[in-house]
Amino acid sequence: MYRYDAIDAEIIADRVSEFRGQVARRLSGDITEDQFKPLRLMNGLYLQLHAYMLRVAIPYGTLDGGKMRRLAEVARKYDKGYGHFTTRTNIQFHWIRLKDAPDILESLADAGLHAIQTSGNCIRNTTADQYAGATAEEIDDPRVWCEAIRQWSTFHPEFSYLPRKFKIAVTAAPHDRTAARLHDIGLILRKERDGGLSFEVIAGGGMGRTPYVGPTIRERLPAEHLLSYLTAILRVYNRYGRRDNIYKARIKILVASLGAEEFARQVEAEWEAMDKTKVDVPTSELARIRSEFAEPAFKDVTGEAFEAAKKADPALARFARNNLAPHKRPGYAIVNISLKAPGEVPGDCSADQMDALATLAERYSFDEIRVTHEQNLVLPHVALDDLPAVYAELKRIGLATPNIALASDIIACPGLDYCALANARAIPIAQRIAERIADPEKAEAVGELKIKISGCINACGHHHVGHIGILGVDKKGEEFYQLTLGGSAAEDARLGDALGPALSAPQVPEAVDLLIDTYLRERAPGERFVDTYARIGVAPFKAAVYAEAH
Amino acid sequence: MQKLIRFADGRAAWSDDAFVTLDDEAPVPAAGGVILSLSRFQTEGEGLLAAGRPVGVRIKSNEEVEGLAYDLPRLALVALEFPKFRDGRAFSSAMLLRERYGYVGEVRAVGEVLREQANFMLRCGFNAFEPSDGATPGDFDKAAHLFRHVYQAAADDRAPAFTERAKTGA
Repeated sequence: MYRYDAIDAEIIADRVSEFRGQVARRLSGDITEDQFKPLRLMNGLYLQLHAYMLRVAIPYGTLDGGKMRRLAEVARKYDKGYGHFTTRTNIQFHWIRLKDAPDILESLADAGLHAIQTSGNCIRNTTADQYAGATAEEIDDPRVWCEAIRQWSTFHPEFSYLPRKFKIAVTAAPHDRTAARLHDIGLILRKERDGGLSFEVIAGGGMGRTPYVGPTIRERLPAEHLLSYLTAILRVYNRYGRRDNIYKARIKILVASLGAEEFARQVEAEWEAMDKTKVDVPTSELARIRSEFAEPAFKDVTGEAFEAAKKADPALARFARNNLAPHKRPGYAIVNISLKAPGEVPGDCSADQMDALATLAERYSFDEIRVTHEQNLVLPHVALDDLPAVYAELKRIGLATPNIALASDIIACPGLDYCALANARAIPIAQRIAERIADPEKAEAVGELKIKISGCINACGHHHVGHIGILGVDKKGEEFYQLTLGGSAAEDARLGDALGPALSAPQVPEAVDLLIDTYLRERAPGERFVDTYARIGVAPFKAAVYAEAH
Repeated sequence: MQKLIRFADGRAAWSDDAFVTLDDEAPVPAAGGVILSLSRFQTEGEGLLAAGRPVGVRIKSNEEVEGLAYDLPRLALVALEFPKFRDGRAFSSAMLLRERYGYVGEVRAVGEVLREQANFMLRCGFNAFEPSDGATPGDFDKAAHLFRHVYQAAADDRAPAFTERAKTGA
């Protein structure tokens, strides 16, 4: 994976010293909270309901053992012994004291970590396919392009005061694990007939209160012009995106109001007028970045020990069925680690678990860990015959839940338990639903079912694209929940349809059960929940839920 | 006389502002440089320039610098307005003036101009500043030199990281 050179390290060190000065000015009263707010936000420091929250960037979701250990240390020393992995593939610490923030950032910087651009109206962390470099599906390693974007977007002088935050996703596989069509910009890498690489460029997708599946604004962008083309998009957005209303300030509103064709025309005109050679990343730099993502030294693995262990241990076999994905190299597997154990907070990870994961990565996965936008972790390169040992250790630390993409693998935002914006709690709802489907036999029988919960209309829990989406709303001081069905964040991206009137908190887990029962009754062979829904529509589901609820 | 922070040879210093910013209704003074709004420049600019007066134009954040393209060689300065520091449109305006139109005159930051943004402003091609936060040239110098490296090319002469790497063979 990419390791910082002296230049990268000095840029982060300079940032830490700048922030140390700003915090000192705040603590001594030289500047007011009002003046300090944008400065701390630029460093990932939010003021939440109970304390400061620090959001640490995990660029394109890629960690190594050393970085994971440092996150554990921060969790232990400055927080309550855990951290929370987010749908932006970052990690948040929710119990931070302001005076500690500069020391935390310095300690993170020593390990090549930072909180740069994890908040504020700037270009945020890029989302990448969590299987990058490991899946046979991909036609190139998307991390190469993500790293080029990271550098280009870091402290971009023109694009640090955009109308609103800005998120980019890069995928290079036909199966989209990044929700590319729901980002401000989605980039899908393709190989051309002549062997050259190109991007399909999608702009103006997003969730929040006005969700859009983003339109394609350019079918084929020669990959070497990525940064100049992004500059053109950002410039059009920076100049013409709305600034009068925070809820209409994302690029999706500009693209929708101009229309995709007109927006694309303006971008192309800007791009044509630009000195591309000055902006595009030179071939030599791309080659340098690419060399940092060189393939690990895979060994020949028979997989015999793994097969024998699976026969002997049905729990391991179940874990293998649900949590492994095929690796490009025979004898290896991609291991998904669920942070959704029944009863736990989705995305939470304790310091002890982080330390153990660091050791697992170093010993069994070429020192690589990935964070997914579904708030899980991945060991991308595990030899099959090491799997029994990896599974045993995951089990010991409580991270062997065999529920990837199943009904209890729920995305939930922090909700009213932590977030000042939320209308309703999300985490307890996720916990209640997960408990009801805790029986792994039943969960596996139900199969792929993506439940996503947001505590408010800002949609941090991605409810719009849940197979079952759950949105918390406030009704005269009481928490209610609106359900949607049939959303998807994958290559078939689609927004869910409203099920019916909002439900009270205790009714929600019951309703999910009824939806699942309806699916099990109606499904045709091979159909996932979302396939059955697409075939039979909302009516049978609605009848099941509201017949019981009234 | 109003004071400005200007950068010369990479150092910031106080400098006298020889220009008067005119409201749209204000009478034109008998002599000296004037800064006009875009609309006033469009009606009166030609006459003032013909009379040999130094003229600058003040562009609001929702106005397009494209409207000045043909007049730029004759303008003494372009003042770009930050109505709020969070309104980043002037950064793009400055980039266009420098990069697209090759404007070499003064690009002045006016409005809510904070030391925290000095570095980004310099990188986008601003070279004169009316700070609104009481910042001194020392503060601006510090901001300008806080970061030893930059990642991307902009309107200044700083070499991006990839160029530094290519030179050192890193």
